Amino acid sequence: MRESQLVVVGNGMVGQRFVDALRARDSDGRWRVTVLGEEPQPAYDRVRLSALFDGVGAAELNLHTPDPRVQLRLGVPVTGIDRNRRIVTTATDEYPYDALVLATGSSPFVPPIDGVDLPGVFTYRTLDDLAAIRTHARGRRRGAVIGGGLLGLEAANALRLLGLATSVVEFAPRLMPVQVDAAGGALLRRYVEDLGVACHLGVATSALRPGPDGSVAQLELADGGRVAADLVVVAAGIRPRDELARATDLPLGHRGGVLVDRTCRSADERIWAVGECAAVDGTCHGLVAPGYAMAETVADRLVGGTATVPDADTATKLKLLGVDVASFGDAHSTTPGSLDVTFTDPATRVYAKLVLSDDAQTLLGGVLVGDAEAYPTLRASIGQALPAAPLALLAPAGAGTGAAALPASTQVCSCNGVTRADLDAAIAGGAADVPTLKACTRAGTSCGSCVPMLRQLLDAAGVGQPRGLCEHFEVSRQELFDLIRVRGIRTFSNLITEYGRGDGCDICKPVVASILASLGAGHLLDDERASLQDTNDHFLANLQRDGSYSVVPRIPGGEITPEKLIVLGEVARDFALYTKITGGQRIDLLGARVEQLPQIWRRLVNAGFESGHAYGKALRTVKSCVGSTWCRYGVQDSVGLAIALELRYRGLRAPHKIKAAVSGCARECAEARGKDFGIIATEAGWNLYVGGNGGFRPRHADLIATDLNTAALVRLIDRFLMYYIRTADRLQRTAAWIEAMDGGLEHLSAVIVDDSLGLCAELDAAMARHVGSYSDEWRDVLEDPARLGRFTSFVNAPEVPDPSIRFTEERGQQVPARAEDIENRQPVGLGMPQVPR
Amino acid sequence: MIDDRPEWTVICPLTRLDPGRGVAALVDGAQVALFRTAADLFAIDNRDPVTDTYVLSRGIVGSRGGVPIVASPLHKQAYDLRTGDCLDLPGVAVRRHEVRCRAGLVEVRLRAEA
Repeated sequence: MRESQLVVVGNGMVGQRFVDALRARDSDGRWRVTVLGEEPQPAYDRVRLSALFDGVGAAELNLHTPDPRVQLRLGVPVTGIDRNRRIVTTATDEYPYDALVLATGSSPFVPPIDGVDLPGVFTYRTLDDLAAIRTHARGRRRGAVIGGGLLGLEAANALRLLGLATSVVEFAPRLMPVQVDAAGGALLRRYVEDLGVACHLGVATSALRPGPDGSVAQLELADGGRVAADLVVVAAGIRPRDELARATDLPLGHRGGVLVDRTCRSADERIWAVGECAAVDGTCHGLVAPGYAMAETVADRLVGGTATVPDADTATKLKLLGVDVASFGDAHSTTPGSLDVTFTDPATRVYAKLVLSDDAQTLLGGVLVGDAEAYPTLRASIGQALPAAPLALLAPAGAGTGAAALPASTQVCSCNGVTRADLDAAIAGGAADVPTLKACTRAGTSCGSCVPMLRQLLDAAGVGQPRGLCEHFEVSRQELFDLIRVRGIRTFSNLITEYGRGDGCDICKPVVASILASLGAGHLLDDERASLQDTNDHFLANLQRDGSYSVVPRIPGGEITPEKLIVLGEVARDFALYTKITGGQRIDLLGARVEQLPQIWRRLVNAGFESGHAYGKALRTVKSCVGSTWCRYGVQDSVGLAIALELRYRGLRAPHKIKAAVSGCARECAEARGKDFGIIATEAGWNLYVGGNGGFRPRHADLIATDLNTAALVRLIDRFLMYYIRTADRLQRTAAWIEAMDGGLEHLSAVIVDDSLGLCAELDAAMARHVGSYSDEWRDVLEDPARLGRFTSFVNAPEVPDPSIRFTEERGQQVPARAEDIENRQPVGLGMPQVPR
Repeated sequence: MIDDRPEWTVICPLTRLDPGRGVAALVDGAQVALFRTAADLFAIDNRDPVTDTYVLSRGIVGSRGGVPIVASPLHKQAYDLRTGDCLDLPGVAVRRHEVRCRAGLVEVRLRAEA
């Protein structure tokens, strides 16, 4: 088959989706694809742009995966289209096409206000826009956003995160006028103002005025009001980028946009348009879901299919620092005869409206503010009979009915057009968990709002998510924890006899060991517990690749006296241990043999050191910057707090390791946001962040509480840790734990801040027990001959060092010898004693 | 018929072995991992063949589908304590050795086969 040339102008979200969709369908390689992008970066997730100000890196927004069959040219604006010669031109090149897809998106609409071109005035659309905003925000105090719609509120949140006192000016009488009605808008305003954002509604901006430095300093409003702002973002709407079509005389929609039919084909049969630049039957759409539908349609058409674009899904769900807003279907009750069912609860600040057909049987649309839990189910039910009574659907928190009640034709994932029937088929075909279901249907891969419904459908199909720990226990770690705690079970044998089967294994034994340790069952090496520990916990040291162990004494907060440093140096020298500074601000001593460990510890314990639990799924370190004691910028004593926290939580066993840090000011030198819990000092106290980690999949921690005093901070961390220890899965770090939690960070906050489950007293008491019962595991071994007896190389030759551990020298220290350094490893007769017969 | 197998070597009293835990022993210069389960004694090479490290005695003991196993403490491959076969990597195995308890003492006899 002859290869045809396809040129795509634009590499935004929809352009990229189109290319992906075509590549997935064009299995014969019929189309040779060239993509010309104006921005210097490949496609990124513009919808999540604001996440950049919340600590997400630009790389995480990337949507582009390189494909050798697609030629991608970036930073190349297209200058014209020659429809007669079928050529797209750039400043330097010509690209012939058999088919041309315009995916040029839109540009921000900047109203012609006096002063709108001043320095310090920005739009909010591209990575470059955000970089410029961030740069200009440095050292400035006040920001303003012109436009109180969806994008304007996103921008206002971004300015808040940059530390600016923020105002929003909106011409309409309410915020988000397109999505919400008057009552919803009023509640939304209360939420937004409580976040410290000033709202000026029902008023136009008449001019922007410069300050002495020539950049913007003030907004003048049409009602005579003034708003001080040294950074302004214009978010007053978008206009389709249709200039290429205009220049080549392609028909446009009456409000702009390349006029296309339901197949997304323009008046020129070789030219198609998708996304925000396309006017489907005359109407442009500024949301990503309709754009994706267009991309899929054109991809299908180009391989001979017959797809058409469905009615646009304009449903929106926005979360602005904990405020849920959702709008779907006929949100403004424009259908003749439609009935509104509304629910207002000023106490919990929830507003909900359902728009029903005149016979009250069919759901037409709705608005939710303050609680959008019902959104996925409601959105999927538009145009259908209500899955339950209206009040049952609107009642907050879980009373609504789930996805299992939806008819087969219902679109569960509107972003990707996946119906309940598609999902049921995939489940019947063997998809047994959410990731598999996502991979084989694409449901839940765009906005993610339907993921809870995917879980419900799996449950409804009887494909229960495997909760069992291993072949010996059918219960989850959390259930096991509760069993052990509530029944007061103290031994693994009792537990497995009563609630499991068989002998246990390397999965369930360490889990039970950890739970028993969390519940304060006594020293790790006593009684039957010794046999449950993995080798690190068994030897209270970290196994290395050569069979030797490392020793890491605790150095709370990274603060250490010269005398103690000298002891570490002497011990390392005397035992010839390789020495390295760790990322957690302490010192790792590597290359110890098991029989050396007690001797090393004795020296360390005598000098005032204790175990650092580097070997345990336990609190590791609380790292700190030097703080207000020394630093010119520090506003609080970060070292003092870090030491207090590390001493409070030392020895605390958990489902996985726990790392923490305290920064003494917003410069964040301790990298606290990369930790399970991180604290950043403010002028007024401490901000607490939870759920961060480095490692394979780095994640920044999320802010959960601000300006706490030290006592309130410690109480919150106590509860956070204890709730984590009680409910997380095996080997689940806090980030994954929060992500997997129904309700996520909000739920966590409700449990540990507002005590929504009535658990806090128990959690507080559990932590008090831990703090009161701590003792140093190393010292406890040194003081007990039975425990010491475990630290031998060979049961029948305890005085013989393991001959297989051998070292070579590298950069002045000893490191494990590689195979090539050893001629003859086994058997080794070196220094062999007489073995008793 | 002449029995030219090596002698049994006395290792230690049975009480030195904890049920569900291993220890290392030196037998004629070879490192042997000894395990005691609820009902049995097992002896295999202490050498983890995947990493060429002498650590198997420090693995967690348990069962998989009824088979008594030890999991290597380095990368968790499971070995059948009865045969030495690795359950996770076909073709990989460690030597097993003979072990018995006589008069409260654990004795081991090395086997030569690979």
